Amino acid sequence: MHIAEGYLPPLHAAAWGVAAAPFVIHGARAVVRQVREEPDTKLLLGAAGAFSFVLSALKIPSVTGSCSHPTGTGLGAVLFRPPVMALLGTIVLFFQAVLLAHGGLTTLGANVFSMAIIGPWVAYGVYRLTRRLGGGLGLGVFLAAALGDLATYCVTSVQLALAFPDAASGIGGAIVKFGSIFAITQIPLAISEGLLTLLVVRLLVRISPDELRRLRILPAATPAASKEVDA
Amino acid sequence: MKRSTLLNWLIVVAVVALAAIPVLFIEGEFGGADGIAEESITESHPDYEPWFSSLYEPPSGEIESGLFALQAAIGAGVVCYYFGVARTKRRFAREAAAAAAAAEGESDRPQPVDARDS
Repeated sequence: MHIAEGYLPPLHAAAWGVAAAPFVIHGARAVVRQVREEPDTKLLLGAAGAFSFVLSALKIPSVTGSCSHPTGTGLGAVLFRPPVMALLGTIVLFFQAVLLAHGGLTTLGANVFSMAIIGPWVAYGVYRLTRRLGGGLGLGVFLAAALGDLATYCVTSVQLALAFPDAASGIGGAIVKFGSIFAITQIPLAISEGLLTLLVVRLLVRISPDELRRLRILPAATPAASKEVDA
Repeated sequence: MKRSTLLNWLIVVAVVALAAIPVLFIEGEFGGADGIAEESITESHPDYEPWFSSLYEPPSGEIESGLFALQAAIGAGVVCYYFGVARTKRRFAREAAAAAAAAEGESDRPQPVDARDS
């Protein structure tokens, strides 16, 4: 999903930068607030950012005979709500743009918009919807991470199509073209990301249920339940 | 093995299989999708000139893959540090609770006996 350095016309690059900036600033404040109000979850917040760091470094082969990578933003979006991931995702993308020549500074705004904003918000929306419809924690987390990942790559396809519409079929044709490069490659990877995120959440439920209760991922312990534990 | 542990391992196996199956059964060069998109742009818009280039580019594929490995290692290190801390914290809390319960139990035990006697 990394649009390469210089591969968006200046106007597009600037527009995506302007669109992404408020989310990132809001995200930075959300991170500060989270750390100040619930310092006990600071370490878990770091782990959620680190999860994105790992997953976005892993280029995984896919069914289309090309490679792509997961984004890892779904976990943090579900645990800490999406604004936090706008900042953490931006840090990941900045690191890759500056040190790895992967993505770029001129395309940072567009890449942040797809990976650090839309992906996390779709993940969070899917999670909330699944839970409201009666789906369990595991199903919610899996669908959130998988669809958030896929959404990121669909946004990238649209961004490229807007900048480089097809000569014959226009923007629509270009969306299909870039979609076939990105989105289809991404389907098995999105499933992988869903499974890995599910795995991490399952381990968290086992070893740090208190933090998950604090983040309201697990229901707060009722007085009756805590009495049971005491007895 | 507990059922939930077994399921965790099955998840790991599924992820590995999802990555391995394409390599084993599909013919392809397995280039990056990002690069393929770039090529497709150059193809459909041959007059487009990238107007900015990366400030720093890893001088070789080896260095680039090294930096990617570093990125993954830092991330995995932090994630695993969290799990180590959380697990230890939980164990200590459980041990402390067990010790407290044992101490309480000892001091409590004679009382009901007295109460019954009287």
